[in-house]
Amino acid sequence: MDFNGSDTIPGPRTEDHLPHTAQAAAKIVIVGGFGVGKTTMVGSVSEIRPLTTEETMTQAGVGVDDNYGSETKTATTVAMDFGRISITDQLVLYLFGTPGQQRFWFLWNGLFEGALGAVVLVDTRRLEVSFDVIGRLEERGVPFVVAINSFPDAPRYPIPQLRTALDLTEDIPMVECDVRRRASSRDVLLTLMRFLHSLTMTGSLT
Amino acid sequence: MTPPRRTRRYPRHEPTPPPKPAKEGEEKNPERLYVVAGAAEDGARAALDLVTLIVARAEAPPSATPEQAAVLRLCTAPLSVAELSAYLSLPFSAMTVLITELLTAELVQARAPIVRQAVPDRSLLEAVMHGLQRL
Ligand SMILES: Nc1nc2c(ncn2[C@@H]2O[C@H](COP(=O)(O)OP(=O)(O)OP(=O)(O)O)[C@@H](O)[C@H]2O)c(=O)[nH]1
Ligand SMILES: [Mg+2]
Repeated sequence: MDFNGSDTIPGPRTEDHLPHTAQAAAKIVIVGGFGVGKTTMVGSVSEIRPLTTEETMTQAGVGVDDNYGSETKTATTVAMDFGRISITDQLVLYLFGTPGQQRFWFLWNGLFEGALGAVVLVDTRRLEVSFDVIGRLEERGVPFVVAINSFPDAPRYPIPQLRTALDLTEDIPMVECDVRRRASSRDVLLTLMRFLHSLTMTGSLT
Repeated sequence: MTPPRRTRRYPRHEPTPPPKPAKEGEEKNPERLYVVAGAAEDGARAALDLVTLIVARAEAPPSATPEQAAVLRLCTAPLSVAELSAYLSLPFSAMTVLITELLTAELVQARAPIVRQAVPDRSLLEAVMHGLQRL
């Protein structure tokens, strides 16, 4: 891009400026399969128009012949939508929605390790697309809640049946939501925060 | 109709330590799960997070590159690395290189993010809950 003309660089609208008192920010990651509503959720609770950040990931190819030194590397661009919620004058919360191939999200260093927790959005029409990401969160000890985004033509299962299907323990919150509604998305985030809070009581985080 | 079934997985190893440990020598407070990670102490590459807040400390000097000047114009108010990356259409890693230069030149200040820690900080979670309830 052209950095020379000051007018050409887009920036936040004046009303989107954080106060100078903003001391620190935390992040939450929203994961789930294609078209499950991640971008919609970010947009419905964000105080700013959702933005996109990207990163190029390289991963060593899974070679059949182990040829050290001539390992194939594959590069993939991972783009994430994100939004922002000012919690107080000092504290800001960012929400990142991760599209594309799930395995690449986990190469983004610090994305999940640093996050307070994750929301797994699930579409009951394609429950299996969330299996891998849930497993990866478990492996990394990232606390998460499961939100079932209720699409009109989706099969409806009772929560206990979904819990069994997803093989989740009783303590992991599962809620239904319609992420097009701000209040519903906010309630999902509150569910995650209450869950994280409950972990501080039992002392069993990760 | 029954849904397809998944099999649970378990932590592979000890949870990965957070990317930005607290400053060395800082008192370890066992009550804190989410700590404000230590900022870069020397000119060395700062561990910048997507949500590290960047604030300009000065106007762009004549020696600043156009990219550096653009960052300084954008972060007159605190702005996260992710937002800078979005507005400047630069990948995150390119953005961190640019910001590290500005940190070294003391043209910007970095406000470290709050990251997940092994031991909880309830008051932070409570603050977030109260904030969300006002949405
Ligand atoms: N009925 C219903 N539709 C929804 C809901 N959430 C999202 N949608 C619709 O589903 C479509 C996909 O939503 P997105 O938010 O783009 O999904 P996404 O997860 O970001 O998709 P990708 O980034 O492509 O993986 C959009 O047309 C939304 O309007 C919901 O809760 N209920
Ligand atoms: Mg999307």
